[in-house]
Amino acid sequence: MSAELTAAVALERRGKPLDRRTKLWSVRLIFVVFWLGSWELAATHWIDPFFYSKPSAIWERLVDWFGTGTAFGSVWTQLFITLEEAVLGFVIGAVAGVVLGILLGRARFVAEVAAPFIKAANAVPRIVLASLFIIWFGLGLTSKVATAVVLVFFAVFFNAFQGAREVDRNLVNNARILGASRTQVLTSIVVPSATSWIFASLHAAFGFALIGAVVGEYAGADKGLGLLIANAQGTFDAAGIYAGMIIITVVALLAEWLLTLLENRLLRWRPPVQTSGEQRA
Amino acid sequence: MTVIALRNATKRFPGTGGQPHTAVRDLTFEVAAGEFVAVVGPTGCGKSTTLSLVSGLEPASSGEVEVDGTLVRGIPDGVGYMFQTDAIMPWRSVVDNVAAGPRYRGLSRADARRKAMVWVDRVGLAAFSGYYPYQLSGGMRKRVALAQTLVNEPRILLMDEPFSALDVQTRQLMQDELLRLWQGTGAAVIFVTHDLEEAIALADRVVVMTSSPATIKAIFDVPLARPREVEEIRMTPEFIATYREIWESLRDEVARAREVASRVG
Repeated sequence: MSAELTAAVALERRGKPLDRRTKLWSVRLIFVVFWLGSWELAATHWIDPFFYSKPSAIWERLVDWFGTGTAFGSVWTQLFITLEEAVLGFVIGAVAGVVLGILLGRARFVAEVAAPFIKAANAVPRIVLASLFIIWFGLGLTSKVATAVVLVFFAVFFNAFQGAREVDRNLVNNARILGASRTQVLTSIVVPSATSWIFASLHAAFGFALIGAVVGEYAGADKGLGLLIANAQGTFDAAGIYAGMIIITVVALLAEWLLTLLENRLLRWRPPVQTSGEQRA
Repeated sequence: MTVIALRNATKRFPGTGGQPHTAVRDLTFEVAAGEFVAVVGPTGCGKSTTLSLVSGLEPASSGEVEVDGTLVRGIPDGVGYMFQTDAIMPWRSVVDNVAAGPRYRGLSRADARRKAMVWVDRVGLAAFSGYYPYQLSGGMRKRVALAQTLVNEPRILLMDEPFSALDVQTRQLMQDELLRLWQGTGAAVIFVTHDLEEAIALADRVVVMTSSPATIKAIFDVPLARPREVEEIRMTPEFIATYREIWESLRDEVARAREVASRVG
């Protein structure tokens, strides 16, 4: 509550020519403080924290996990396992999606033959595959990676496919006139122009990889964040579920940040887009 | 020496209502080495199709297209093509865009860049060699495209209204630049435009096309000495006389094209 007040006072005192970025973050901070504060207050006085938990209890759970460890050993081990599954699934799924998407995007006939099958495969509720993969590959790493791969693959595949199709005909013709072979057209024209499409999907795809890994663990595992959450559910430990959620969210945000760095590096030929006030400031 | 020869070349495209659409019909003309031929006609009459036939990007439906005495099948050797819209790669810097041709033709990265730098310099972009296309003006991007085409030292240069998107001053500047760079290369040029002034200022011969389906209406010689200064030459009596003569022929076609356009909508 006091933080909320000081922030408001700071806003008042600095007056009009306030840096936009500072203003943005102040409002965000106020929002978070208000949200957590009202939750904490409500859970202390009116609603049952057994079901809804409260911020202080979740914080204690996090401190406990990182300080003394979880029921299944160090929280870092769980985190590492989940990350390993997600990253492997992400890399395999993304590479397969990009390669197949681009190849199919350039082969019109094959794409037309494959279209209904791809649509059908995309319509399958892929989360359910997690159960199947556990039967096939057991409780270990492979089944989780497989779940992450199928989730990532389709997200990336469709964008790579579309990106490869929407290549400017002029660019392709120009390259051919300049002497490019079919392979050179693919590597020097198709792949770079599909890159912005592919990156758009990669942001969502790492989230899918994490979901795949966690759901896979949820369906059956002996390690990982999904197991922690499943266990918390089994013991009616709402704070534990929230704590697991928070860790996964932080990981996803970090991955997003890294991907954005990579994207800005690879796509620096694009004119800077003004997506939000924050980036402008 | 004849470099490009079209004999009754015709191109039909599959039309919308099952009816094939004839873009160009019975084109017959020749272009010699070192000759600059401009093709003028009403907008949308199929002038660009002529270039696709010579470049081998599109096969002729009937008739013959020859480059260097052999029938065109696929893209002939030594062809350069400047497109109407930007066709330079937005993800490559100026020098790497110009180096694309040499790279495709098997030069090492360093050699291709060295060769490209010469042309980047020739089109006056030496100070911008590391820039990306989005950082350049429209005229500068055209210079990149010009360098990218000329670095391959084409013997046949096909240009599809390359300067039509530029403002008048930049366009005249680019026309001078083009003449300066082309002079002495011995390349045969086909330059498509709907701007008769541009056609006369640049070319040795002007081919007038009819409105759709396009065919050749008349071919005129341009009796203007080289080297030319495009801004200056427009005011000379010879230029004006030639303009009048060709416009006489072109006027009906432009009127006809307008009539069709207004009837369609």
